[in-house]
Amino acid sequence: MSLMTLEDLKTILVENAGADDSGTLDGDFAAQEFTELGYDSLALLELAAGIQRRYGIVLPDEQVMELRTPEAVLAAVNSAAVNSAERLRQTS
Amino acid sequence: MKPNRRVVITGIGVRAPGGGGAKDFWNLLTAGRTATRRISFFDAGPFRSQVAGEVDFDAQAEGLTPRQIRRMDRAAQFAVVCTRDAVEDSGLELDRVEPHRIGVSLGSAVAAATSLEAEYLVLFDSGQTREVDTRYLTPHMFDHMVPSVMAAEVAWTVGAEGPVTMVSDGCTSGLDAIGHALHLIQDGVVDVMAAGATDTPISPIVLACFDAIKATTSYNDDPATASRPFDRSRNGFVLAEGCAMFVLEEYEHARRRNAEIYAEVTGYATRLNAFHMTGLKPDGREMAEAIRTALAQSRLDPPDVDYVNAHGSGTKQNDLHETAAVKASLGEHARRVPISSIKSMVGHSLGAIGSIEVAACALALRYGVIPPTANLRLPDPQCDLDYVPLVAREATLDTVLTIGSGFGGFQSAMVLRQPGGRAA
Amino acid sequence: MTQRVFVTGVGVVAPTGLGIAEYWAATLAGRSGISRIDDRHVGALAGRITGFDAARHLPGRLLPQTDVSTRLALTAADWAINDAGVRPGDRDEYDMGVMTSNACGGFDFTHRQFDKLWHDGPQHVSVYESFAWFYAVTTGQVSIRHGLRGPGTALVGEQAGGLDAIGYARRAIRRGTPLVISGGVDSALGPWGRVAHLSSGTVSTTDDPGQAYLPFAAAASGHVPGEGGAILVLEGGESLDRRGDRPRYGEIAGYAATFDPAPGSGRPPGLRRAAELALEDAGVTTADVGVVFADAAGTAEFDRAEAEAVTGLFGPYGVPVTAPKAGTGRLFSGGGPLDVVTACLALREGVIPPTPHDAQVAAGHRIDLVQNAPRERNMTVALVLARGRWGFNSAIVVRG
Repeated sequence: MSLMTLEDLKTILVENAGADDSGTLDGDFAAQEFTELGYDSLALLELAAGIQRRYGIVLPDEQVMELRTPEAVLAAVNSAAVNSAERLRQTS
Repeated sequence: MKPNRRVVITGIGVRAPGGGGAKDFWNLLTAGRTATRRISFFDAGPFRSQVAGEVDFDAQAEGLTPRQIRRMDRAAQFAVVCTRDAVEDSGLELDRVEPHRIGVSLGSAVAAATSLEAEYLVLFDSGQTREVDTRYLTPHMFDHMVPSVMAAEVAWTVGAEGPVTMVSDGCTSGLDAIGHALHLIQDGVVDVMAAGATDTPISPIVLACFDAIKATTSYNDDPATASRPFDRSRNGFVLAEGCAMFVLEEYEHARRRNAEIYAEVTGYATRLNAFHMTGLKPDGREMAEAIRTALAQSRLDPPDVDYVNAHGSGTKQNDLHETAAVKASLGEHARRVPISSIKSMVGHSLGAIGSIEVAACALALRYGVIPPTANLRLPDPQCDLDYVPLVAREATLDTVLTIGSGFGGFQSAMVLRQPGGRAA
Repeated sequence: MTQRVFVTGVGVVAPTGLGIAEYWAATLAGRSGISRIDDRHVGALAGRITGFDAARHLPGRLLPQTDVSTRLALTAADWAINDAGVRPGDRDEYDMGVMTSNACGGFDFTHRQFDKLWHDGPQHVSVYESFAWFYAVTTGQVSIRHGLRGPGTALVGEQAGGLDAIGYARRAIRRGTPLVISGGVDSALGPWGRVAHLSSGTVSTTDDPGQAYLPFAAAASGHVPGEGGAILVLEGGESLDRRGDRPRYGEIAGYAATFDPAPGSGRPPGLRRAAELALEDAGVTTADVGVVFADAAGTAEFDRAEAEAVTGLFGPYGVPVTAPKAGTGRLFSGGGPLDVVTACLALREGVIPPTPHDAQVAAGHRIDLVQNAPRERNMTVALVLARGRWGFNSAIVVRG
C-alpha cells in the first residue's frame, strides 16, 4: 500500500503552487514532466514542503531538484515512508 | 539638459561585516579574510542556514542621538552613519552647496524588515493571535511598512532639497540607486547626490524565506568558509547586512573645489530578464546586454576592462549565469580579465551589496589592488575564468566593471574608471 | 531636442471602479468608494476595491505567489498594454522597460507568512515569500508576464513615489527605451496593514464614511487609506511616429521632484518649487494650466501648506483645484498615477471631475475647489501634485 497517491499529490500541488485552467492535471499526468505541466523549481520546492507538512517526510534538497515527474515524487515519498517504517520496526 | 556632464565619486562611507569604516573594509578584502560567522542576533537553531555576515555596530558610539536610535530602523542608522562618513571623506562643505542642487538616491531590498518583525511579535503576541490590540501599536510602524523615511533621514543628514528617492530593486538596489544618481547629475537636475544602499536583513523571517528556496548555504559548521563563489562545493549564499554610501558629484563641481576623486562613473545599464522571479537563465543573456550597454556608454571595448567585480553570490545558478554573461559580453577578453567576488568575504547583504561592491571597485582603482575570491579552493570546471582565488592581486587598473543580479529579474552593470583615465 | 513622452494606454484599479470606463463615470459623478470594512471604530474605514476576482483575470499558477496588491497591478498592466494596442512579442524585447512604484510591498501576503513562521515554524513559510513581499514585485512580475526586458526599477516614495516612477520612466524613454510600463498600485488593508496605517497618526478617526476624508475642508480630520492605483504605458514620440499612431491620452510634458528642508531649518517647503520646476520643464506657465490635481492630504496643516503653494503660484482662487482621491482614499504609490490618468481624461473630455463629499472648504485656503458637480472647461494642461510623508514632493505636468 502506498502512503501517497497521485490524487494526494495533485491536492498538495494545487493548494501550494496553484493550477492553470488548461487542465494539465486532469487525467493521468504521472509521467509528464513538471515543466510541461507548468510547474517550476519553486513549485517543486513548495510541493516538497507540503509533503513534509502533511506526511512528515523530508526529501533531501538535492533529491527534490532531481524529481522531474509526479511519479518520481510518488516513488520517492513512498520509498521514504517504507524506509522510515522499517527503521521504526527495527528500533522498537 | 546640459550635455556631457561627467560624474565622479568623491566620498565613501562603508559599514560591512568584519570592521568599522571603509579602511577596515578594504583591509579585510585585501587580506582575503572572511567575516561570516554563526548568527548571534537570535537563536538560528530552527533554520536551515545559521550563518551570516553580521556587522558589529554600536549606534551610540557612532554618534547617533537617543532619538535617532529610537526612531530609525537599523538599516536607516547604517545609511545615516555611512552618509556622514562619505561627506567627511569627500571634504565637501555642505553649507557651500545650494540645497536644491543636492539629491538622495537610497537603495534597499527589504528595508525595515527587521523592525517590522519585532513589531509583529509584540502586536500579535508572537503569532499567537491575529486579533490586533492597538495598545501595542508603535508610532513607527507605518514608516517600517513604507520605508521611504530612510531616504528622508539621509536627506536630512546632508540637507538635500533636490530629488530624494528610495530604490528597491531587490539585490540590484545598490547598483541601481547609484545608476539613478548618475542620471540625475548627468541630466543637470542636481550637482551632488548622496547615493548608495543599505540592508539589515538578518532576521527570522528573511532567513525563513531563503531557507524555503534553498538559496542560502547550509555550511553551518564552518561559517568562515561558508561563502564559496565559483567553487565546486558552494551550496548557497551567506546572508549579510551592511551599507555603503557615496558622495557623487558633477566632475567640474568636484574639480573646482580640488576634491580627491576616487573614480568616474562612466556607464550604467540595467535589463530585466523576464524569466523568473528568483531564477537565472544559464546563458546570462540579459546580463550580457547590460554589460555591453554600460561599456558602450563609456565608449569602451571589452579589452579595456581591467577587472570585473562579480555578483558571485555563491549559488550554482548564479555562477553559471554570470560566467556565461561575462563570456558573451567580453568575448575572448573574458579569459584574460580577473574576476572576483567579495561576497566570499562579507556575504550577501541583498540590496546593499551592490553599493558595497562599488566601494570595493573605487578602492581597487585608488590602490591598484584586486580583492580576491576567498574560499575558492576547488574550482568548478564549468566556471573556467580567472576568479582571483584566495589572494589579492596588485594590478594597474584603469577601468573596472561591476555587475549584479536581483530577484525580480534585475540585471545591472556599472563601469568605473580612474579619474583622468583614457576617456578624460 | 528632447523626445516627447506620451501616455498610450492605461489600466485603472480603483475603489470607485475597475477599468477606465467605470472609474471615469464614478469620478465624474463624484461617487465615493470609501466604506466600512471592519466592525471596530478606529481604522474601520477604507477605500476598498469590490468585485475584483483575481482568478478571472490571472492564471491560477500566479495566485499562490501573489499578494492582492500584485494581482491588482498585474491586471491593471494587462489592461494598459491591451489599451495601448501594444503586442510585446512584436517588438524588440530590450525596447520595453518596467518602472513602477510601490509603498507597502505585499503586506497582507507577508502577514500570513509571519503567522506561519511564528505559529507553525520556519518550514511552513511559502517559497514565494522571498519575492511576494518585496517592493520590486510589481516590476518583476509585469516584466515576466509580458516578456519586457528593457530597464527596470521600483521606487518607494510613499504617496509621491508613483509620480517619481513616471518621471523616471520618462527619463528612461529619453535615454533610448521607446516604451516603459509605469505607475503604481498598493494595497495593505489586512489586519496588520490597517493598524500600520493608523500608526501614521494622519488617518482620520471619524466614523462616518462620508465625513472621514475631506481635503481642504474646515472639518478635515485626516485621510482614509485605500487600495488600487493605475498602470500606464508610456511611449516616446519617436517610436509613435514610426508606428504612425496617435497618442491616446496625453503627454507627460513636465516632471520635477523636491524635498522639504530638514525640520527646524526655517527654509520654505518644497511643493511649490516642485510645481514650478515641472512647469518650467514642460515649457508652460501658470496661465496655461487649466486644473490642478491636488495631493489633498486631508489634515489642516498639510492642506494649508498645499493651498499656500497653489495660491502662491496661481494667486487666490486662481485655478480650479480638484481631489477625486477624496473618493478613493489615499492610494500611496497608486495615488499619483491614478491622478495622472484622471488628468488625461479631464483634458480630453474638457471637464474637471469634482472632489467628492461636498464639504465646506476652510475659509483660509483661498482655493477654487471643484465640488458638487463636474465643471466643464477647455483646457490643454493639468498639473498633478503629490507629497510623500516626511517631505517628498513631486509634480507632473500633463498636456492633453
